[in-house]
Amino acid sequence: MAVRSATLSAIPARHRIAAKRRIGERIAITLLGLATLIGVVLLVTILGYVIVQGAPAINLEFFTQRPKPFGEVGGGVQPAIAGTLLLAAVSGAIAIPVGIAAAIFVVEYRTGRFAAPVRFAAELISGLPSIVIGVFVWAFLVRGVIGQFSGLAGAIALAVIMVPIVARTVEEVLRLVPGSLREAALALGAPKWKVILSVVLPTARAGIITASVLAIARSAGETAPLLLTALGNEFFSLNLLRAVDALPLRVYRYAISPYDDWHVKAWGASLVLVAVIGVVALLLRVVARQRVN
Amino acid sequence: MMIDDVTTEPLTPVVRRDPARTESGGRPKAEPPVQALGIEDLNAYYGGMHAVGDVTLQVQKGQVTAIIGPSGCGKSTLLRCLNRMHEVTPGARATGRVLIGDVDVYAPQTDPVEVRSMVGMVFQKANPFPMMSIYENVAAGPRLRGWKLKRPEMDDLVERNLRRAALWDEVKDRLHRSGAALSGGQQQRLCIARALATDPSVVLMDEPASALDPIATYKIEELVRELSEEITIVIVTHNMQQASRVSQRTVFMLAGDDRVGRLVEQGPTTEIFTHPRDERTEAYITGRFG
Repeated sequence: MAVRSATLSAIPARHRIAAKRRIGERIAITLLGLATLIGVVLLVTILGYVIVQGAPAINLEFFTQRPKPFGEVGGGVQPAIAGTLLLAAVSGAIAIPVGIAAAIFVVEYRTGRFAAPVRFAAELISGLPSIVIGVFVWAFLVRGVIGQFSGLAGAIALAVIMVPIVARTVEEVLRLVPGSLREAALALGAPKWKVILSVVLPTARAGIITASVLAIARSAGETAPLLLTALGNEFFSLNLLRAVDALPLRVYRYAISPYDDWHVKAWGASLVLVAVIGVVALLLRVVARQRVN
Repeated sequence: MMIDDVTTEPLTPVVRRDPARTESGGRPKAEPPVQALGIEDLNAYYGGMHAVGDVTLQVQKGQVTAIIGPSGCGKSTLLRCLNRMHEVTPGARATGRVLIGDVDVYAPQTDPVEVRSMVGMVFQKANPFPMMSIYENVAAGPRLRGWKLKRPEMDDLVERNLRRAALWDEVKDRLHRSGAALSGGQQQRLCIARALATDPSVVLMDEPASALDPIATYKIEELVRELSEEITIVIVTHNMQQASRVSQRTVFMLAGDDRVGRLVEQGPTTEIFTHPRDERTEAYITGRFG
């Protein structure tokens, strides 16, 4: 039998899609596309503006020299770059293990009595304004235990901000590790701690690194808590017990100054900050990928 | 004593599949039956839910015992009680007695980690460790237990167990690639190799072929038959043909109106399938329910 040519009208009425619904679908898809576009445009605009405004400040000196007093030409933000890297390293070294440990506790020992309170505490801390954390660390460490503005106080303030970010992101990642893998390892006769170390964490590795990158990126841009702790420093210093400079602090100081030259430097420092965060994130991801393959 | 066993066992070559034995029909019939696994008044619960009721059962050494029954009859739960995997589920507990060889599984002084160490387990869904290579998957059991093996010994152990799982020829050229790239059937055989690598005397299989196509299923069944020459196997299956093909003994379980899974009938597989004594068994194997 020959195949007859089919026409649209051959579709029975009850299976046809109403014109109204087709239009509705078009509108919905357009709106979704528009929302995506707004997000992308915002990102590109911000990045582009920072690049355009900051580029004139960028030269070799900007990376290798310390800030000069107003009136002198040149100078750079080298102490701030070093300080930001130092603060990120120290705060990460404190916050990432603590955050991962908290996530392991909440996910792997969820039957325990303390899992829910730990989770609740992480949620509360992540809701605290960062300036409040700064004030707390200022009162407790800067005026108290350490006795002066210091890189250590700054790193601890950043670590307090990072712990809940790491903990909550890693928690989600650990939940994604299939229970069947934990069971397989347990059935092989592995004790629980070994299941977590040898199977759960390696499986969640990429996600844990993403969580760490997120936390570092978020905290590296913090200004308010550093104003009250690391303070800022015009001189190169990696001494954790003294004031340490940081890129957001440099941006802030330059931006609120009345000098045009410093405004350009503020843009330059912003650009460097974005680049430093980007490079750190990229490096961590590359390291993560290499170890997997 | 148990720890001494596991550290010395893998070093002795296990090439027990000599041709002389297959010629003589596989299983030496003359040996008196030895109990490999004893279950007495076993009850299992999930929180307040009673899942398995009063199961008493003996499993002979070197036999394949199939547990059949409809969904929700507690057969997987029963299996998981045998190596104390049941209690891994939050809120789950079990009472009664289980003996594996001379080990009282539920005695207060018995460490569940050591029990699981003596018993191999294969799950319904193949679950190779995705971040490990094929080689590392087989080596996972010894490594997770902290066996100290030199490189050549580990190489030997991996090869031997991949051969036992009839997977060696298919993967010998890509031992250091991810196990996740294998087909479903190969993944399941990799899991079997992984379970065998620690030389368990008993292997528990929870519907090991239910997610596989008929050819992969056939390979798994073939493997179960071969392995049963050296290892005691308890296999849970939905598939009655499978039970009749691979097992010497069959256990039929059923959940009553109270939804507690109970043992209805057990016996030699041929008898269960040809002359079931209980009418519920007959109804199930003839497909009238379940």
